[in-house]
Amino acid sequence: MTGTTLATLAALGAFHGLNPAMGWLLAVGRGLQERRRAALLAALPPIALGHLASVAVIAALVTATRSVTASRALAVAGGVLLVGYGLWRLLSERHFRWAGMRLSAGQLAGWSFLMSSAHGAGLMLLPVLLAEPTPAGGPHAGHLAAAPAGALTGLAAAGVHTVAMLAVATVIALVVYEVLGVGVLRKAWFNVDRLWAGVLVAAGVVTLVGAS
Amino acid sequence: MTRWTPDPTFYPSPREAATAPAEKLAYVAAFDRDAQRPDAIVVLDTDPDSPDYGRVVGWTELPNTGDELHHFGWNACSSALCPTAPHPHVERRYLIVPGLRSSRIHVIDTKPDPRAPKVVKVVEAEELAKRAGYSRPHTVHCGPDGIYVSALGGADGEEGPGGIAILDHTTFDVRGAWEADRGPQFLAYDVWWHLTQDVLVTSEWGTPSMIEDGIVGELLLGRRYGHAIHFWDLAKRRHVQRVDLGDQYQMPLELRPAHDPTRSYGFVGVVVSVEDLSASVWLWHRDGDGRDAPWAVTRVIDIPAEPADPADLPDLLKPFGAVPPLVTDIDLSVDDRFLYVSCWGTGELRQYDVTDPFHPVLTGSVRLGGVVARTAHPAAPDEPLAGGPQMVEISRDGRRVYVSNSLYGSWDDQFYPDGVGAWLAKLDVDPERGGLTPDPRFFPRGEQFRGLRVHQTRLQGGDASSDSYCFP
Repeated sequence: MTGTTLATLAALGAFHGLNPAMGWLLAVGRGLQERRRAALLAALPPIALGHLASVAVIAALVTATRSVTASRALAVAGGVLLVGYGLWRLLSERHFRWAGMRLSAGQLAGWSFLMSSAHGAGLMLLPVLLAEPTPAGGPHAGHLAAAPAGALTGLAAAGVHTVAMLAVATVIALVVYEVLGVGVLRKAWFNVDRLWAGVLVAAGVVTLVGAS
Repeated sequence: MTRWTPDPTFYPSPREAATAPAEKLAYVAAFDRDAQRPDAIVVLDTDPDSPDYGRVVGWTELPNTGDELHHFGWNACSSALCPTAPHPHVERRYLIVPGLRSSRIHVIDTKPDPRAPKVVKVVEAEELAKRAGYSRPHTVHCGPDGIYVSALGGADGEEGPGGIAILDHTTFDVRGAWEADRGPQFLAYDVWWHLTQDVLVTSEWGTPSMIEDGIVGELLLGRRYGHAIHFWDLAKRRHVQRVDLGDQYQMPLELRPAHDPTRSYGFVGVVVSVEDLSASVWLWHRDGDGRDAPWAVTRVIDIPAEPADPADLPDLLKPFGAVPPLVTDIDLSVDDRFLYVSCWGTGELRQYDVTDPFHPVLTGSVRLGGVVARTAHPAAPDEPLAGGPQMVEISRDGRRVYVSNSLYGSWDDQFYPDGVGAWLAKLDVDPERGGLTPDPRFFPRGEQFRGLRVHQTRLQGGDASSDSYCFP
């Protein structure tokens, strides 16, 4: 992966980490509920794990597919999917539903996986993954046998993304817990979902333009 | 339409909600006992700087008659900030207004003109019955994953079980019954929760036939009305524990859990003890230290009946020679410090300091109306008042308390057979030392309500019984 790719993946990770709905707020809530910072910190790894799983599924699928098929059709399909999903997120007024606040680490990871998937977190990485040059042509390039290596690239990308996500989420959670207090939500919680949907649409357009 | 920043009336914690600005308007459910004219949501001006302060400034009629408006609530509230399913950019905008007798649920839009709300949707009784299997919708709470509506009766003429129906947050369609496993629960009334602890609590009144034609003496003396509260797993929607108060304690009604989400207690008012006509308030709490310890209840307030000359009593009470206090509503301030207790029979509103919830301290009392006393309001000392303080609502900052005087159509007629009238009073609170005094400038009554009776009040932007918080 090139430096630009890594930087973009990390930047998207930071963006995801910033979104209160992706988990830092839940970590803060757990810390406040139990009145211990340790509860906050303990909540973040499972949240990151769930996010990683959600993103990795898409990333591995894309990079593996890409290593075996012509990239143009994939890019067009991916771009259309992204634009469509982004528009749906933008226009739909439905919100994620989940009853229950007392979550085990496993449930926390599951919550994060569902939350990230419902928001299309992995899809947002599509243009980055598709812009990446096809893995260098070994003897198996373009063959089915190249798929595992391609998938690995996707997993690495998801890993980089998630590390950035976790870092940002941790910093924000601690700052809110220790310094700002949750009152900051009233002013600072701008509608990330709308921006998020806009980014999805933009990512789709970038992908489509790149494919043409 | 969603917003760019959270609705300004949403607060992450009760501490912050207590700093909210004073309400400028109040919405009041008003109903025609004769079911000849439509019920209405009445808008009152609560801005002391307004020339219309204390007056009716808006009147939204419902499309039908005979609904008997009772309790109601908002489409969204501070629980929208809860972190597992946040949706902070929706608006607190629609009042969800059930007809307790008709089983219709009305959706009323308070925008663009909050003084002229409009009915935008009516969920018919048939839909509630078909989708959820319930009738007689009562309490409305804005939950993190939908709107919770408790209901007293079953569908298709069935007496029960009563339970909870879930309405969609966005479309207000009935999504279904909430319960996955109701255990022994059959009677229903109020519902609320400890949101961050995955605990839901319900209370018991009676089935439709037990209440709709008035209180039934034989059932009451036979101890057949509700006398237990139920604890549920909010996430799994399963019944966990039934806690019996003892069958002499008839009708545990309003549930007021602590607003602080880290606390595990709440108060429930009991209308009457059949042994001595006293009323009581109970505290529910964990029995032990563990966060999953079983629930227990402790009676923390007893209010005795007041002896009276049978000649002054309605037929229902003549044999007893006393007026029961009839605690029909209680309300807990947002800071969990003061508990207000309505004694609708004796005509008194009491204020208790419940800083130590196990040991409430009486800090204030105001007398208005009452079966025998008929205490007048200081603003109109020559007008004896019927009814008594009944539904209580507290402003978020805890400085103002509003009370209305009707209990429930057929029960009003039994306890105040010469007419219950219609009035609403505002009491000013000293939030530091306690104590409360009637505001002489705020006393809408009689003709202002055009012959309708007044029940629950909701304050613009939220009040002490409308919102739940996920952060301490």
